[in-house]
Amino acid sequence: MNSVILHTATRILTSLILMFSIYILYRGHNEPGGGFIGGLIAASGIILYSVAFGSSWARHGLRVSGLSVAGAGLFFAALSGVLSGIQGQPFLTGLWYFPKLGIEAKVALSTPLLFDIGVYLVVVGALTTIALELEEARD
Amino acid sequence: MIAWLLFWPVLIPILTAALCLIFWTRPDVQRTLSLLGTAVLAAGILALFREVWTGGIVSVQAGDWPAPFGITFVADTLSVTMAALTALIGLGVAVYALGDIGHVRESNGFHPLFQALLAGVGGAFMTGDIFNMYVWFEVMVIASFGLITLGGEREQIDGGVKYVLLNLIATTLLLMAIGLLYGATGTLNLADLAQVVPGHPDQGLLTAIAALFLLAFAMKAAVFPLYFWLPASYHTPAAAISAVFAALLTKVGVYALIRVFSLVFTPTHEFTYAVLLVAGIATMLVGVLGAIAQDDVRRVLSFNLVSGIGFILIGVGLGTALGLAGALYYTVHHIIVMSALFMVAGVAQRLAGAPGLNDLGGLYLKHPWIALLFFFVAMSLAGVPPLSGFWPKVILVKAALATDAYIVAAAALVTGLLTLYSMAKVWALAFWKAQPDHVVAAAGPGILETGEMSRGEQRLTLLPVAVLALATLLIGLYAQPLLTLSERAADELINHQPYISTVLGGEGA
Repeated sequence: MNSVILHTATRILTSLILMFSIYILYRGHNEPGGGFIGGLIAASGIILYSVAFGSSWARHGLRVSGLSVAGAGLFFAALSGVLSGIQGQPFLTGLWYFPKLGIEAKVALSTPLLFDIGVYLVVVGALTTIALELEEARD
Repeated sequence: MIAWLLFWPVLIPILTAALCLIFWTRPDVQRTLSLLGTAVLAAGILALFREVWTGGIVSVQAGDWPAPFGITFVADTLSVTMAALTALIGLGVAVYALGDIGHVRESNGFHPLFQALLAGVGGAFMTGDIFNMYVWFEVMVIASFGLITLGGEREQIDGGVKYVLLNLIATTLLLMAIGLLYGATGTLNLADLAQVVPGHPDQGLLTAIAALFLLAFAMKAAVFPLYFWLPASYHTPAAAISAVFAALLTKVGVYALIRVFSLVFTPTHEFTYAVLLVAGIATMLVGVLGAIAQDDVRRVLSFNLVSGIGFILIGVGLGTALGLAGALYYTVHHIIVMSALFMVAGVAQRLAGAPGLNDLGGLYLKHPWIALLFFFVAMSLAGVPPLSGFWPKVILVKAALATDAYIVAAAALVTGLLTLYSMAKVWALAFWKAQPDHVVAAAGPGILETGEMSRGEQRLTLLPVAVLALATLLIGLYAQPLLTLSERAADELINHQPYISTVLGGEGA
């Protein structure tokens, strides 16, 4: 779409939306949010970009096929379940790690977070693929 | 390690599907991954089978959540046998697909969808949680809808819509039944349900819920009168896809039926058993009569598939250990034979360039080996000794006579005879008779030399068929091991106390 307002706004908004989606992804374990909704937000950012600049630029920006992103997500999600095997626990057992960062806030790294990252990537990949296909089918 | 093998049927296909998606633009890599994945899957499940065979039932709690609350995976003789067959058929179809599936379907995602289907089937077999089972059913429906429409021909969309609509209705009914059962009992774990349901005060409500389960699973298993989606759709996709559907999808419905109606709704619910017997007889007869009336070879086979489900149902419906053993034996035989038949029919149709019995013919003259393979497997389906179809029919008829169910025995024998007729008709018309003049006139006399298949493709597609044909011969000649297996699985289903104590006894990792 050839509009100066949209182009200018999109440049800022897309990066803001993507950052916000990661924030939503991370807070999701105990508060509203998580991989699914985060993925939806990220996909909406990419879709906004493709509306403003065209799907070929959006594809260029993604660098890999959306389905590969989804596949990587599925792989991470499955991997998060397998990691517990290193400690001899059953599939999908949650493992938690609290790194000492020397700051007051507590940062939690866990296999549920890895699973959520997987969900995030699946949603981003799948929705982006569908949206870009639909956009190109319209042209 | 054994705890991990329980998740093998789900984990390996999902990882393979993920890797296939990552290599989306490289069908050649996907092909290797698919073969490798199914081989690893088969190896792992065979190891699990050995463990269960020597050590008895094992269970594991996903995420280490204790039994009635978390999701349990259980491997008893029945579930591990079904999972092993899934993996072996998966491997066979993965090889067959090399020569059958073609570039277009491959680049549109055959491999990841196929692996997702295997994950759904494997999960449904291994899970010990009724809601989790529903989730795997959904995974199967989504993957199979993708597979059935792969290629995007008009006929496929038509078949696919019928397939997915009726399957979605079935899964919705299943979800409703699960919701009601959870509301009535407060638990979803099958072993826990087996303890709660018999002593529940409101048995009337539970019978109604059981009927809802029966309806949902019967639709999935293509039982009369809910079978019509199957012959309307199974002949439309590529042969590799219809072979895996024919081998596994209806069997998951049958498995779920057997599992739920032996563990949760036990034979005290006599009403459901009477329904099973009547539905079984009707399914057998309607299926085989439909098969005789059809022209497209794969539609003939689809109706025979439905008819076979009827055999399994009467075994379950008789409610005796012998009947159940016969049903399980028949299930194993049917999985092997049906996938082989769909595979070889696919080759025949591609060689002749036509799907119908009217246009086929002359294959025996040009491709005697293919014709012989079909004959062999078809006779096994019809129950000709010494092939594998003979023994389960003997067991089922014997079980029917032992309970004085003479009508059931008669129906089984009549169906067997009609199956023989239907298979002989396909053999005579598609393979034995001379090539019809109108086909020769239209396509030239050379059409049957290779059709649209190269020699290499023919070898790749016929290899799994030959292995499966050998399997049906071996099972037929050397029947005792499988009979022992079926009897043990049936015994575990009827005396299910060990299953319950394994799941609820807190034996985690």
